[in-house]
Amino acid sequence: MRGVRWLLLKDLQILRRSPLQAVLLVAYPILIAVLVGFAISRGPEDPRVAFLNEVPPNTRINVGGAELPKSNVKEQICKRVECVFIDDRDEAEAKVESGDVLAALILPADLVNKINSLSTLAPGVPEVEVLVNEENAVKAELVDDRLTTLLAEANLRIARRIGNEGGRYLGLIVNGGSFELLGESIPILGLRTSARILKAVAPALPPRLRPSLEQVTEFALQARENLDVAKPLIDRLAQPVKIDKVVVGGESPPLEIFAIAVAATLTLAFVVVLLVAGSLALEREENAFPRLTRGLVSETGLLGEKVLLGVAVGLVVTLLMLLGMKAFVPLDLGRIGLWLLAILVAAAALGAAGAALGAAAREVRAVSLLAFMVTLPIAFLSLVPSGAVGAEVFDAIRYVTALFPFKPALEAITAALDESGQGIGGPLLHLAVLFAAYATIARVALRRFAAV
Amino acid sequence: MRATGVVKRFGEREALRGVSFEAGPGELVAIIGPNGAGKTTLLSILAGIASPDEGEVGAASGTVGWVPQQAALYRRLTVEENLLLFARLEGHRDPHASAAEMLELTGLRERRGEIVARLSGGNQQRVNIAIGLLSRPAVLLLDEPSVGLDPRQRARLWEFVSGLAGGGTTVIFSTHDIQEAERYGGRMLVLADGESLFDGSAEELREAVRREAPEQADRDFETAFVAYLHHRGH
Repeated sequence: MRGVRWLLLKDLQILRRSPLQAVLLVAYPILIAVLVGFAISRGPEDPRVAFLNEVPPNTRINVGGAELPKSNVKEQICKRVECVFIDDRDEAEAKVESGDVLAALILPADLVNKINSLSTLAPGVPEVEVLVNEENAVKAELVDDRLTTLLAEANLRIARRIGNEGGRYLGLIVNGGSFELLGESIPILGLRTSARILKAVAPALPPRLRPSLEQVTEFALQARENLDVAKPLIDRLAQPVKIDKVVVGGESPPLEIFAIAVAATLTLAFVVVLLVAGSLALEREENAFPRLTRGLVSETGLLGEKVLLGVAVGLVVTLLMLLGMKAFVPLDLGRIGLWLLAILVAAAALGAAGAALGAAAREVRAVSLLAFMVTLPIAFLSLVPSGAVGAEVFDAIRYVTALFPFKPALEAITAALDESGQGIGGPLLHLAVLFAAYATIARVALRRFAAV
Repeated sequence: MRATGVVKRFGEREALRGVSFEAGPGELVAIIGPNGAGKTTLLSILAGIASPDEGEVGAASGTVGWVPQQAALYRRLTVEENLLLFARLEGHRDPHASAAEMLELTGLRERRGEIVARLSGGNQQRVNIAIGLLSRPAVLLLDEPSVGLDPRQRARLWEFVSGLAGGGTTVIFSTHDIQEAERYGGRMLVLADGESLFDGSAEELREAVRREAPEQADRDFETAFVAYLHHRGH
C-alpha cells in the first residue's frame, strides 16, 4: 500500500505538470455542464412562421345554412409558433428565402368558401399554402413536422365544431326547440313531442284510422331512439380514435434528470477511461514498469493505483459537474450519498476497463485513440431506445452495451439522481461484475508489459 | 553474483544457451557481443526482470541495482522528484537524505529542480544510474550505459562507475563497443547467439584471438575480435 500511495502522488504531480490535460479535465466537464444546463433550462424556442390571412374578414364557416361560431384557428396556430404577420405573398417569399422565418403559412381568400362547399353537392378541396426553404434537410423535416401537426390540429378543431353543430340540429329534431333563420325564430316540434301528441290524439280517431296513426307514432319513437344514438357517433367522428397511454414498463425519470445523467456519465467515462489507460501506458513508455515491478510494487498494486487515480479524479470532476448543473436544475442534495455510491462504483468499473485497454494497447497515443474509439460508439449505442431500430439490431446493441460499463453507469447515476426511475441495485451489481471481469483482463494483459 | 547454466527461450529461439559465470566484489565485468547475442536478456535475468527457463542466478549478499539501457524514469518530474519517488518506493528511512546523496554522487545537485525531459541524454542517463544506485547495491547491472553519450560524458560516466567498483561494488555492464570493454572491463564475457564464447581478461581475449585467428592478430582489437567470432562460427 505504501508504494501505491507514492505512485498516486507521482501521477497527480504528472497530471499537474500537463497543463493541457489538467485544463481539459476541469474545463471539459464545466463546458458540458453549462451547455446541458442552458439547453435544459431554456427549452426549445418556437419557430418563426410568416402568417398571411387572405380570407375576407367576418367570413364564417357555414353548416346547413347556419354560420359556425369563430373557431380562432389563427390564434391557435400562433400559440404554437411565433407568427410574423405579413401583408402579401411577395413578402412571404422574401422572408422564407432570407431565412428570417422557417416557413410561411398562407390562408387563401377562398378557403372558407371551399370549406362551406363540403356540405354541398359540388364539394371543393380546401387548401392552405405553405412556403418553405429546403436548403437544409433537417430544417425541412422540422417544418414538415410542425406544420403537419398544426394543420391536423386545425382540421380537428373545425371538425369538432361541425360535429357540435350537427349534434345541435339532431337535438332539435329529437327534442324540439327553435332555431334562428334570417333573423326569425322558427319553432321545431321534435320527434319526442310529435310522438306524445300522436299518442294523445289516437283515442279520438275512428278505429279504422288508428292502425295507420300507430305506425306513424311507432316511427317517431324509433327515430327518436336511433337519433339519440347518432349524436355521440357524430361527436366521435371528429376524433374516432383516442390515445389511452398506459405505462407497462421502463418507468423513466424527468427528461432533464436523464440529460444530466447522460452528461455526467459521459464525462466520467471519458475522464476515467482515458486517464487510467493513458497513465498505465505511460509507465511502459517511460520504461518505468520493469523498474517498478522489481519488488517496489506488485503488478496488481500498480493496476489498483491506476484505477484509484481514475476513481479519485473522476469523482471530483463529476461531482463538480453535478454541482454546476444544480445552478440550472433543482437536484436533490439529500441523495448525495447515492450520487457518491453510483459515481464510485461506476468509476471503478470504467477504470478497470481503462486499465484493460491501457495494458492491451501499451502506447499512450494508441491508448488514447482506442479509448475514444471504444467509449464514444458505446456511449451512443447505449442511448438508442428500444423501438428506434429493428428488434434484432436492438438485441445486438443490448448485448454489446452490456459488455462495457457505460450503460450500467448511466443507469446507476440516473437512479442516484432521481427516485422515479429503476432501482440502483441492478446497475451496481452489473458494474461490480464488469469491474471483476476487466480487472482480470487487465491483470493478464499486463504480463506482456514485462516482455524484454 | 553467480549464474549457472542459464537458458532462456523465446518461442523456438534460444536467446541464452547455458550461460555460466561468476563476478566477485569490486569486479568490473563487461558483457560483449554483437547485436542479438543475448546481452540484455542475460542482464534482465540477473536483475530479476525476466526468469530463466533453465539454470540459476543469485547474488551472495546485498541488493542488485539495475540500470536499463533506456532511461527508466519520469520525464515530467524533476531530477529530485524522481530520486525521492524511488527512494520512497524502496522504503528508505530518510528519502530526502538518500536523494541528496545521489545528487551529490552523480554531480546533479545543481540540476535537482529541472524537469528530466529538458535534460540532455547524458544527464538523463546519470539520473537513470542514480536511481539504480539509490539502494547502495552490492551488485550494479548496467545495460549499455554509454549509448548516446558524448565522449566527455562517457569519460565522466566511466570514472564514476570505476569509482564504485573501487569501493567494492560488483559492476556488470553490457556493451558492443569493444574498445570501451577493453578499456574499462576488468573481465570480459563474450556472448554470441546466446552462447558464452569466452570469459577472462582483455589480455586473455587477445591471446585467444591470436590462437583462433593468427592472421588477424596484429590488426586492431575490434577487427581481431570480429575475426575470432567468425572463426567460432558466428
